[in-house]
Amino acid sequence: MTVLKLARASLWNRRSTAALVICSVALSVALLLGVERLRVEARHSFANTLSGVDLIVGARSGPINLLLYSVFRMGDPTSNVSWASVEKLRTHPQVDWIVPLSLGDSHKGFPVLGTSAAYFEHYRYRQGEPLQLASGRIFDDVFDAVLGAEVARKLGYQEGARLVLAHGTGAVSLTQHADKPFRVVGILERTGTPVDNTVHISLAGMEAIHADWRGGAPLPGYRLSAERVREMDLTPSSVTAVMVGLTSRRAVFQVQRQINTDRDEALMAILPGLTLQQLWDMMRVGEQALLAVSALVAVVALTVMLTALLTGLNERRREMALLRALGARPWQIFALVIGESLVLSLAGAVLGVLLLQGMAWAARDWISGQLGLTVSLWPPTAHEAVLLAALLAGGVLAGLWPAWRAYRNALVDGMTIRM
Amino acid sequence: MSMALQLDDVRFRWHRRAPCVIDVQHFAVAEGEQLFLAGPSGSGKSTLLALIAGIATPEQGQVRVLGESFAQLRGARRDRFRAEHLGIIFQQFNLLPYLSVLDNVLLPCRFSERRRAEACARDGSPEAQARRLLERLGLAADDVLRRPVTALSVGQQQRVAAARALMGAPGLVIADEPTSALDTDRRSEFVALLIQECTAAGAALLFVSHDLSLAPRFHRSLSLRDINGGAS
Ligand SMILES: Nc1ncnc2c1ncn2[C@@H]1O[C@H](COP(=O)(O)OP(=O)(O)OP(=O)(O)O)[C@@H](O)[C@H]1O
Ligand SMILES: [Mg+2]
Repeated sequence: MTVLKLARASLWNRRSTAALVICSVALSVALLLGVERLRVEARHSFANTLSGVDLIVGARSGPINLLLYSVFRMGDPTSNVSWASVEKLRTHPQVDWIVPLSLGDSHKGFPVLGTSAAYFEHYRYRQGEPLQLASGRIFDDVFDAVLGAEVARKLGYQEGARLVLAHGTGAVSLTQHADKPFRVVGILERTGTPVDNTVHISLAGMEAIHADWRGGAPLPGYRLSAERVREMDLTPSSVTAVMVGLTSRRAVFQVQRQINTDRDEALMAILPGLTLQQLWDMMRVGEQALLAVSALVAVVALTVMLTALLTGLNERRREMALLRALGARPWQIFALVIGESLVLSLAGAVLGVLLLQGMAWAARDWISGQLGLTVSLWPPTAHEAVLLAALLAGGVLAGLWPAWRAYRNALVDGMTIRM
Repeated sequence: MSMALQLDDVRFRWHRRAPCVIDVQHFAVAEGEQLFLAGPSGSGKSTLLALIAGIATPEQGQVRVLGESFAQLRGARRDRFRAEHLGIIFQQFNLLPYLSVLDNVLLPCRFSERRRAEACARDGSPEAQARRLLERLGLAADDVLRRPVTALSVGQQQRVAAARALMGAPGLVIADEPTSALDTDRRSEFVALLIQECTAAGAALLFVSHDLSLAPRFHRSLSLRDINGGAS
């Protein structure tokens, strides 16, 4: 009781230093847990990007490359899948449904995906959640476009907005399909997946804007108006990739092998879940480096506390000797210091958690917008609790040395009160 | 007459290869006696007080405070004994800067149940005793009690320390050059008050100083040289 009261008064007397220590602990706690939370959330959202698709089929290249361009719209396909192969897949006895994907164009930096209406029916994310329309409807006409939530938000588009697609996927595209503008007919709910950043049009629309193109460039002196194009047969000759759902998941390896060994076209089928996992494992190093950095930050914060305790101890040497002369037991002196480190790290931890909650709350829109992550606010996960406990233990451990020194000093100083 | 303090054949060195700082054949302070102990700097006055307070242990011999031998007590018991029976006043910086004057004076009663009980028996409560002692030492004004101790003059601080040492009727008060930071006028005023209060409390007083002009006020005065064979 006495010790507690003394500790409180003594700490209050040094409150500015204590506040600094608490702040540095709090900041590192916030950083440590923040990185941890983002890391977990990133992995989650990553693993949840796509579900319910049994196979993704594309031109033969690397599985990760195929996954990157077909799901994350990153990188470029080496080659396409012919429409004949698409048809062959569609009629495969074990195939339940297919969704062709056609990529390569963009709008103001957002990728454009040409696909069929089945996309909206079969694309699943998280634990099998389907895509939902926030407003409007899915595309119907050749020049209809359905926007991902983020595209609509960033560009401020609403239903009825007109947009011109650009050839190629660079942010600055030189050739625009200016003669064939699209109209926004629907906007999707936010999903936290690449869908949010995608402009969806029909395969026919994709074909239409390229009808007067050959080999990646407009045919010189040859222009087809939007009206003329509508009357043409807009079946594409090829697509970029195909998402496939099977009638029975058990057939997945068998069908995969059939596709991979197809004689007609060099195709490759991947299991998206498996490849997502592989991709994540590749990024593991970075993930762990991140965690290591935040752990280092925590160590630095504890060192700051240790330094503060040790320098404080020199100032408090007189105080300790006095207390002891007045009858304080050595263990009480010890408890005074170790208790202080516990209080400091505890206060730092609590403040850090509050800080993190506050920041996560304040930045939740930005995080979900910029990173496509939904950061949960409460409660801290078991893993975070373990990290916090480790930090507290570190705090007490950091207090051990100064406490022991105070104890020693109290014994050695005797009656002489050193300054 | 029983003794407040008695040293017999006590030898002490700070560490194994250090010279013997204290080598006292016999030294005693009677109960209620006020003794002045003089000695130049470095002669071992503070060391002697550390032995008496049980903060240092002699390598040989007996230190008895109020009939109890420190050497026989284990660490925790010794700490308790010190808290219960000894009042200590240092040269300066006696007070904890973060406690009020009153809380500083009350500290001995927080570390010792006996001192607390004694204070209650005499004045009803530790607070009442603290106020009485502070008043006798000229520090009764309410604004002094509430002032942070760092805002007191050195003379006032030493008087607060004296009040603290006298709380709860310790049998023995030891003072290690408590006046060396005071000017001459303050010095004799402080010593007069200390002697007066020790008399009132019935506490023996061992007052260490190199200022011989204070000696005549005490019952008896000694030079550490005369009793200490180990002094350099
Ligand atoms: N904690 C300590 N550890 C080691 N040696 C010490 C310690 N305290 C004192 N000494 C040594 O013991 C001797 C006596 O010191 P002490 O402090 O008792 O002298 P003093 O008479 O109180 O001097 P002063 O009048 O300056 O206070 C000195 O030589 C000193 O160096
Ligand atoms: Mg001394």
